[in-house]
Amino acid sequence: MTQAAEVLAVRGLTRRFPGVLALDDVSFTARAGEVHALVGENGAGKSTLIKVLTGVHRPDEGELRYRGERASFATPLAAQHAGISTIYQEVNLIPLMSVARNLFLGREPRNRLGLIDFTRMHREAEAALRDYGVRVDVRRPLRTLGVGAQQMVALARAVSVDARVVIMDEPTSSLEPREVETLFGVIRRLRDEGIAVVYVSHRLDELYAVCDTVTVLRDGRSVHTGPLAETGRVELVSLMLGRSLGEVRREGVTQFSGDHEAGREPVLTATGLTRRHELHGVSLEIHPGEVLGLGGLLGSGRTETAKAIAGALPVDSGRVTVAGLPLKSGSTPSAIRAGISLLPEDRKSEGIVPGLSVRENIALACLPRLSRLGLVSESRIDEVVDTYMKRLRIKASSPQQKVGELSGGNQQKVLLARWLAMHPKVLLLDEPTRGIDVGAKAEVQKLIDELADDGLGVLLVCSDIEELIEGSDRVVVLREGSVVGELAGNDVSEDALMRALAAAADDVAADGAVEQTADDRAPDDRDEDDRDHEDDGEVTTRG
Amino acid sequence: MADVALGKALPADRSALLRWLRDYGVYGGVVALLLFNIAFTDHFVSSENFRTQAIQVAPILIVALGMALAIGSEGVDLSVGSVMALSTSLLSLYLGYGIWVALLVVIVGGAAVGLVNGSLIAFIGVQPIVATLALMVGARGLALVLLPQLKDVRDPGMATLGSGDLAGVPYVVYIAAGLALAVGFTVRRTTFGRQLLAIGDSRPAAQLAGLPVRRVLITVYVLSGVLAAIAGFLATARLSASDPTALGDLMELSAITAVVVGGTPLTGGRVRIGGTVAGAVLIQLLTATLIKHDLPPSWTQIAQAVVIVLAVYVARERGKR
Repeated sequence: MTQAAEVLAVRGLTRRFPGVLALDDVSFTARAGEVHALVGENGAGKSTLIKVLTGVHRPDEGELRYRGERASFATPLAAQHAGISTIYQEVNLIPLMSVARNLFLGREPRNRLGLIDFTRMHREAEAALRDYGVRVDVRRPLRTLGVGAQQMVALARAVSVDARVVIMDEPTSSLEPREVETLFGVIRRLRDEGIAVVYVSHRLDELYAVCDTVTVLRDGRSVHTGPLAETGRVELVSLMLGRSLGEVRREGVTQFSGDHEAGREPVLTATGLTRRHELHGVSLEIHPGEVLGLGGLLGSGRTETAKAIAGALPVDSGRVTVAGLPLKSGSTPSAIRAGISLLPEDRKSEGIVPGLSVRENIALACLPRLSRLGLVSESRIDEVVDTYMKRLRIKASSPQQKVGELSGGNQQKVLLARWLAMHPKVLLLDEPTRGIDVGAKAEVQKLIDELADDGLGVLLVCSDIEELIEGSDRVVVLREGSVVGELAGNDVSEDALMRALAAAADDVAADGAVEQTADDRAPDDRDEDDRDHEDDGEVTTRG
Repeated sequence: MADVALGKALPADRSALLRWLRDYGVYGGVVALLLFNIAFTDHFVSSENFRTQAIQVAPILIVALGMALAIGSEGVDLSVGSVMALSTSLLSLYLGYGIWVALLVVIVGGAAVGLVNGSLIAFIGVQPIVATLALMVGARGLALVLLPQLKDVRDPGMATLGSGDLAGVPYVVYIAAGLALAVGFTVRRTTFGRQLLAIGDSRPAAQLAGLPVRRVLITVYVLSGVLAAIAGFLATARLSASDPTALGDLMELSAITAVVVGGTPLTGGRVRIGGTVAGAVLIQLLTATLIKHDLPPSWTQIAQAVVIVLAVYVARERGKR
């Protein structure tokens, strides 16, 4: 493998953004006829690296070599013309144009008059797509195709532009298992044709199924490159998370104090939350006075679980009960009335209302309670705002300051204040400490502890494994939208969590795995149709 | 060194100036136009002239109040002109039952149009500009079905409403001022107003905070419809005629102009009622000034365009900051 020719490589690559060192002395080599996995957690620098490789960003230091020469791509288009194709997670094609036009966009075959030669274009498009297992009328608008087929069109387009390098960013996130198989077939064919494939995914099973080499990024550095077959799953996970397995736990580095007295009856029960492609029968219980951690790698369904519980993400099936009473599914107000509060992951666009003041933001959710006959009581708002600004030590020039102008930590505290003013029973915290400075982080951690001590049930989603372990009394582990394990008591440790994260599907408790496949099939109409036809067939045969 | 200091001081001054212009520019414009007219326009300072100006601006102002709410919710209501036409048709059909019954029918009509607008936007997720465009076409069509041609309105009550006054001030001015105060109060002091601003600023955040987004959006368009209907009622009273073809034509654009010139950003999250009132007055004064100096109507349009561009320019600086 290592003898194969270098196609695209970076050495000593450094890229800074204001206040952040996104890539720090990174080296990466994509070789002809090799599928190279690129893995790393959030913020590890994967997307920045891809953007440098594809001409979106330029390196601050280090060199980019393409086909043996120093290269510099001025624009993504220049990189594309040079033979570097990228397929993004979201299909970036034009939904209303025909399949064929999407495939040939920008390089349509022309006739002598310089007009598009549709006959030839349709013929060639059909032939090209057949190789990818897509048999459709190429004159149909793209959006009438399934997501999987659209992804195939994107792939066909990427490859058909005479690509030497194909970069795939989470290409399977919206594919059915069957379609994933087709994709893998295509990837293997590309490899055999001598194309260098860079494959970004969080799904370990996929990496091991299709990739030859792996590079692990962590905190902007390339920490490991080697043949994937020689890297065990647990080793790979520990490389991504930066915690060595044998490492003995020192004393905690976070402000979490640890155990709380949890009530016996759960305050919240979620049963069988299922949403196509995202959640497969997730069930969990949160007890009062307990911090329940949700463990899992990126894309495992942690955020989706939290949102589904809060009624902010519609589910296909499953239900949530709070203190024994079932919630109306898919209704945020109903969840809030029942006492569920969600601090969303995307604080800036889904949490704060940036143009309104600190005061208005804190009072936002509880306005009806602070009003009489639809008229707000300024004095009651002042009282609430004053209480929580003091209690959470929110630093703002005045309650009238716009929230958009505050630091991340203070914005997060404003959101906490908004929800605490609602006297919730359950707090769902999605990455509550992400992007806030160390001091504020410690304060937020301490607050979470205090709230649990006060008897709240807390669900904690956190990518920082140390923080998750130290903050949680119990951890439910998710993988690809399914619950694959639970850690309680002394098992709440980094070692155990990493083992659970790394476990292959068949290593997991048998019933969990069975449940998963059953749920995978259930929402898929086509599978059911197929089964029906089979039944019909049997009946006919017998008849 | 001096150069550096100057270079630093200038942009600060400039942004402060722009901020001042955004917040108070519209009032400054009104005052400047008033002073100019007092100095240079013959017969400007007369109660008769003020009366005319006030009667003319009142319907625009009332429509603009509703428009400000729609724009504050990150939407727009293009159907207001057609709602005025619908209300003039309804008015002439129901005036026989008495002026109060007619007013009630007109208000219900405006609310119904607003309800359809709001439902399309809140439940079906149609973009405001498209939903209200549909109603803009549809409501005028309905108005013409109800009353195919111009009809005189002969009713002593309507005549009094249209041209009568109390202590020298026309009735319509009291009504417009009262409605402006009511809408201003609604925006500032009610839960509805606060929720409207939050939804306009960040709808995803408002939704996750459990705000009744749909109810608020529907209320916004119902209020806008009702205000437009009242404006149509008053305009009919002034003209002593129901003309569903012409009444309210291009009113949506005048109203949007008043709102934008008054400093309410099109991006939502802010509603300036005082500014909207001043914006409507500014446009009215501008038109009157040019007419009184014997400039052709085309000049009025050009002047309006300049004011709109200026207002948008000042608002743009804010977005960039």
